[in-house]
Amino acid sequence: MDISRRNFLQTGGVAVAGSIILPPFMQSCHKIQISSNVKVYLDHFEVSADILQKVVAAAMSKGGDYADLYFEHKTTNNLGLEDGEVNRAFSNVDFGVGIRVLKGDQTGFAYSETITPEAMLNAAKMAANIANTNSSFKGGGLAEKIPSDYYRIAQKWEDVSVKDKVPFVQKINDRVFSLDKKVIRVNAYLNDESAYSLFYNSEGRLTYDYRPMVSFSVVCVMEKDGQIENSYSARSFRKGFEFLTAGLVEELAQDVVNKTNILFEAIKPKAGEMPVVMGAGGSGILLHEAIGHTFEADFNRKGTSIFSDKMGKKVAESFVNIIDDGTLEHNRGSINIDDEGNDTQKTYLVKDGVLNSYIHDRISSNFYKVAPTGNGRRESFRHIPIPRMRATYMENGSATKEDIIKDVGYGVYVDNFSNGEVKIGAGDFTFFVKSGYLIEKGKLTQPIKDINIIGNGPQALADITMAASDFAIDNGTWMCGKDGQSVPVTCGLPSVLVKKLTVGGIS
Amino acid sequence: MTKEEKYTLAKWAMEQALKSGAQQVGVSISNDKSSSVDVRGQKIEKLEQAVQSNLSISLYVDNKFSAHSTNRLNKKELGHFIAEAVEATKYLSEDKFRTLPDPSLYYKGGGVELEMLDSGYENIEPQTKINLAFNAESEALGKDKRIVSVTSSYYDGMDSIVMVTSNGFKGDTASSYYSLYVSVSVKDEDARPSAGWNESAIFFNKLKTTGIGLTALKKALGKLGQEKVPSAKMPMIVENRSVGKILGPLISALNGSSVHQKNSFLINKLGKKVASGKLTLVDDPFIVSGRGSRLFDREGLASKKRAVFEEGILKNYFIDTYYGKKLEMEPTSGSTSNLVFKPGEESLDGLVASLGKGILVTGFNGGNCNGSTGDFSYGIEGFLIEKGKLTRAVSGMNITGNMKQLWMDLAEVGSDARDDSAWRTPSLLFNNVDFSGS
Repeated sequence: MDISRRNFLQTGGVAVAGSIILPPFMQSCHKIQISSNVKVYLDHFEVSADILQKVVAAAMSKGGDYADLYFEHKTTNNLGLEDGEVNRAFSNVDFGVGIRVLKGDQTGFAYSETITPEAMLNAAKMAANIANTNSSFKGGGLAEKIPSDYYRIAQKWEDVSVKDKVPFVQKINDRVFSLDKKVIRVNAYLNDESAYSLFYNSEGRLTYDYRPMVSFSVVCVMEKDGQIENSYSARSFRKGFEFLTAGLVEELAQDVVNKTNILFEAIKPKAGEMPVVMGAGGSGILLHEAIGHTFEADFNRKGTSIFSDKMGKKVAESFVNIIDDGTLEHNRGSINIDDEGNDTQKTYLVKDGVLNSYIHDRISSNFYKVAPTGNGRRESFRHIPIPRMRATYMENGSATKEDIIKDVGYGVYVDNFSNGEVKIGAGDFTFFVKSGYLIEKGKLTQPIKDINIIGNGPQALADITMAASDFAIDNGTWMCGKDGQSVPVTCGLPSVLVKKLTVGGIS
Repeated sequence: MTKEEKYTLAKWAMEQALKSGAQQVGVSISNDKSSSVDVRGQKIEKLEQAVQSNLSISLYVDNKFSAHSTNRLNKKELGHFIAEAVEATKYLSEDKFRTLPDPSLYYKGGGVELEMLDSGYENIEPQTKINLAFNAESEALGKDKRIVSVTSSYYDGMDSIVMVTSNGFKGDTASSYYSLYVSVSVKDEDARPSAGWNESAIFFNKLKTTGIGLTALKKALGKLGQEKVPSAKMPMIVENRSVGKILGPLISALNGSSVHQKNSFLINKLGKKVASGKLTLVDDPFIVSGRGSRLFDREGLASKKRAVFEEGILKNYFIDTYYGKKLEMEPTSGSTSNLVFKPGEESLDGLVASLGKGILVTGFNGGNCNGSTGDFSYGIEGFLIEKGKLTRAVSGMNITGNMKQLWMDLAEVGSDARDDSAWRTPSLLFNNVDFSGS
């Protein structure tokens, strides 16, 4: 990336939203790896250590116990294809600082889109109002915390031209049309994101992160004898431009065509309770909905989760190990450091069938008097950090997928999903199955489609009676919503048998 | 930013884009304010305050199109941003259907006063907001020994937008919003079912501030003992506040983009009967203080009152300028304003009393609808109805079917349309719904 900004503009090869701030760091960046020197981040946001300390002092001025500042600069670019042409582009630039003050478990929060000392001090004073006593804050000092490095990239999206991205989006359209004569429409989207963040708190911790993200998605619509069906395939990673390859285009095109083709033969199963075999990969949505959300410690701290009294108790068969992991390389759910400045980690939620850890933010880890788990995440500087999942998955069991299917008299096998939801307190969770198969007498028979499956978290967890050794992470565009905030996550699972869930269908 | 400042900046941005090589440009600038108070256990849990601004620009360059937004509004950066955006647009493929709207369709002023903005927004004391949240919580807190948690939230917001286009549109809107919400969780052996209730208003002095905590508590206690009932085909009543979940796919199927991209189960159905004769639905943008009211839409097109369904016959799609050109149809508007049902005679209680057996759905849990085919499956909770009475709380069940058939099976429309939402949904009764349970 030794082409200057000016050259980009001259060649017109500009990443639309890439260069809006023109920070010194970006102008001088000739290296692939992001510098570990915190100064480049201070320069990026045009702040000094002195200003950070003054703003934190203002935030603590009403007697707060703790304050933090979260600066963020995010640029996103989206290229879209419809009716055979890459004929639309969208971009967004978002920039600002969120200022949070804690008093016990109480939160004061304000943000500013302008990073002048005056604007930041104003926001700090607003957030300070959560407390109302004399301040004994003496200043928190300054200690740089070097974040981990789970998503090193070769080429930053900010430095990639629209021109260089277009051919990949075009190719996927052409390939999908060439794979099957039934294809009547293709939509494809390439979304890339580059986010810089800088964090400083009243304990003096100063840290930073650079978070790249890319999602490549394709929708295929087919028509056969008047019947229209559509499906969707996507891959998403914390990777740079090197993510886009001919192999990826081929993989996505094949996948979406296969997924759409199945639907023409698919039926709806008989409605009711039955065994469900969850195929390896995207079936991790089961963990995310049935267990993950209900393990988030804010709900448990308030007693509103169905797992509120279950810490240290046996909640699953002994072979069940469930993990929430922020350290998988290039994974969409990974973070080098969480949004409260804490190390991310691989956290065992369930170990040998026993509930081992909740998913913590700062407030809840203080409440439970445990070490932070690095799950304090926020959608942007406009939001407060709360306990959120990262990549949630289960470790391998010892069976094979074939063994598991063989065990089912009548049930369903599911491996392609679109969305899910959970009621934290009641424990009822759902996931929507785009496609799968009926299982009859131990064999996969007819395809099924478009059915919702519903279960109860603790029961479903206890009902995982077999697991295969074919674990896979699903690298789709999973987005998790909670309290009005969306964050990217992933999930994974080996093939498992859930003894009984309620399957939508016809009676 | 004042309205005039926003107009000045919007016009400046538009001129920058034209100078950089765009032939047509649309710019909108928004800024909004909000504040919120969350209370739990008669203690403030969270205080938040926010002010934000955004500029969005649509560029039409050599028959190519792109759209961009930023919250960095200083002119030096904006000028650079816009010039780069125009350059980048040139690398896209041509799209002859992309133009600004026909100027003759723009709103040109002189519309009715829709009363969407509380001019006293800035004058409400923070302590008043805090007190409202405390009082709402205290209605429920400690009122039943099964309560495990009560939280309340006060929220207010105000946003204002100006819009200009290079072919002559100029318009601005401003609106305010206040809400008060209480959520109650109760203990039911291991489960802790929760329910919430909220009230909202455009004007502070119209915000209902009492009864919210009590209603939330009543609804949470109503969920005690929820269980599945056996799978069966039964009539289903959907409570007015939950109807949006099943109305959504029907409206989405009328969207120009869905129709053109074959992601609709209502293609080529204009003038045809696609739903029960009980379904008469109007898109009415002119309701005073209606949540979806507007004099012009996102493109600047002048609003019109339009029939969507008349006795089950499809009368209009939602078509914007772009898909109008692609589909060779007149643009209506790409989005809904206020959706108004022709009401029936019966209240929700009356609908329930009319059934020998069925299920009243009071909430959905996940699920989805296939846009191309209309096949749907959703998780539900609510109550079993036997001999006209609610007899058991149910949950953990799914409904599964096809939207085309579901709306043909609409048997009754309630008289209880809500007025606190742009989609003014009443409770609806459908026949022959497949429920999966135990």
